[in-house]
Amino acid sequence: MSTKELVARTGNEAMAEAMRQINPDVVAAYPITPATEIVQLFSSFVADGLVDTEFVTVESEHSAMSACVGASAAGARVMTGTSSQGLILMAEILYIAAGVRCPIILAEVNRALSSPINIHCDHSDTMSVRDSGWIQIFSENSQEAYDNMIQAVRIGEHMDVRLPVMVTTDGFIISHGLEAISMLEDKEVQDFIGPYKAAYSLLDVGKPITVGALDFTDFYFEHRRQTAQAMENGKKVILEVGREFGEKFGRSYGFFEGYKLEDAEIALVMLGSTAGTARVAVDKLREAGVKCGLLKLRVFRPFPAVELAEALKHLKAIAVMDRSDSLSTAGGPLFTEVRSALYDLPSRPAMVNYIYGLGGRDITVADLEGIYQELQRISGGGQIQKTLQYLGVRE
Amino acid sequence: MTKTWKELPEGGLITESGNAHQYETGDWRNLRPVHDQEKCINCLFCWIYCPDSAIIIKDGKVVGVDYAHCKGCGICARECPEKVKAIKMVDESECE
Repeated sequence: MSTKELVARTGNEAMAEAMRQINPDVVAAYPITPATEIVQLFSSFVADGLVDTEFVTVESEHSAMSACVGASAAGARVMTGTSSQGLILMAEILYIAAGVRCPIILAEVNRALSSPINIHCDHSDTMSVRDSGWIQIFSENSQEAYDNMIQAVRIGEHMDVRLPVMVTTDGFIISHGLEAISMLEDKEVQDFIGPYKAAYSLLDVGKPITVGALDFTDFYFEHRRQTAQAMENGKKVILEVGREFGEKFGRSYGFFEGYKLEDAEIALVMLGSTAGTARVAVDKLREAGVKCGLLKLRVFRPFPAVELAEALKHLKAIAVMDRSDSLSTAGGPLFTEVRSALYDLPSRPAMVNYIYGLGGRDITVADLEGIYQELQRISGGGQIQKTLQYLGVRE
Repeated sequence: MTKTWKELPEGGLITESGNAHQYETGDWRNLRPVHDQEKCINCLFCWIYCPDSAIIIKDGKVVGVDYAHCKGCGICARECPEKVKAIKMVDESECE
């Protein structure tokens, strides 16, 4: 399959195909809607002999991530996939995976958290583990999901990083949406990721080690500091890998992507699939002479605060779009961090926050046009009536 | 000085085996096993049952307790045969 040829793939299929081409040593996984297909398809690749992977079926996501940590500590290249309740059932072991510096790759499909039970998209699950020490990369569509999976291997396994990476798509919107994507050849993927060289292995009896030992007041703090540094180092590596991917395959990636942002006066900031909808709104309003733009954040962890401030400093008004609610009453997780990132600017844009799309509630071009209109009013000197608003909820 | 975060192995990894003796756990102890050489019959039950390696043996005989690592669990005193009872658990506050 050449790099120029387009194929039709859903987000789940794209992620599964990326996993096939990466050909990890171990996959341990438990099915959950809407991520089931990723590991289901992958298990068929295993059954058909298309990969060399040891596929471990387990009885829960907690066990899935535990098996992943064990395999990774043994020196294997390890991947898994999950969503929603599955991700938060993994939560205990997600922290451990990052703490013991296992570069596991997780295909995560964003889905709302119970209760009430719901299978549709929002970002509550991924946001709930934002402090676990995992690098978090959001995708706008199937192509980005595919490209991000391949880059994630290089990012996580880099010797200066050695952190687990979760690549996310939006439940059903991306995971089940059929799109034209360009795939790389198997060899191109293998050449790009290279072989995995573990820093240590539990199975190396000639060089015995202990993984996950007890830390008290005298060492815990130092080890957390190391993980913070690994995140910091990750920033450089993410940019290097994104640039190299672009040079080789024609699609470059950074921390975020601006759309008609340079000369804009007002802009939206968001994660994931809504960016596609927002581009249409921007184009429509630009035709009417509105100087509006868009910043789609790709990397949420590590958080590119300095770079975001630089990219947003010229704006008069910004709306940050959160597809999850921290329930802090002071705004969603993206809003609080973006607003904090801009605090040191000599002159700050006005900022408002919209919580939207919870539990898969649709967001339309008209919804986003309405927000741009409100930003126009604010940038023209109008008062901010409410900093935090719930978009599309029945009042 | 204890190593800084830049000097320690990443992720809390312990990169050598058999180094638990470097970590002294004796100050966790409330009750101290005191061994009576006169009563001891050197059956070595205490040595077998000690969950650490805190019973010191020399030439097949119990010669004392490694107080730098003994956590004071009292298993040695309990397992010492009924007719012997050569190990007594003494409150640390009553020890020197």
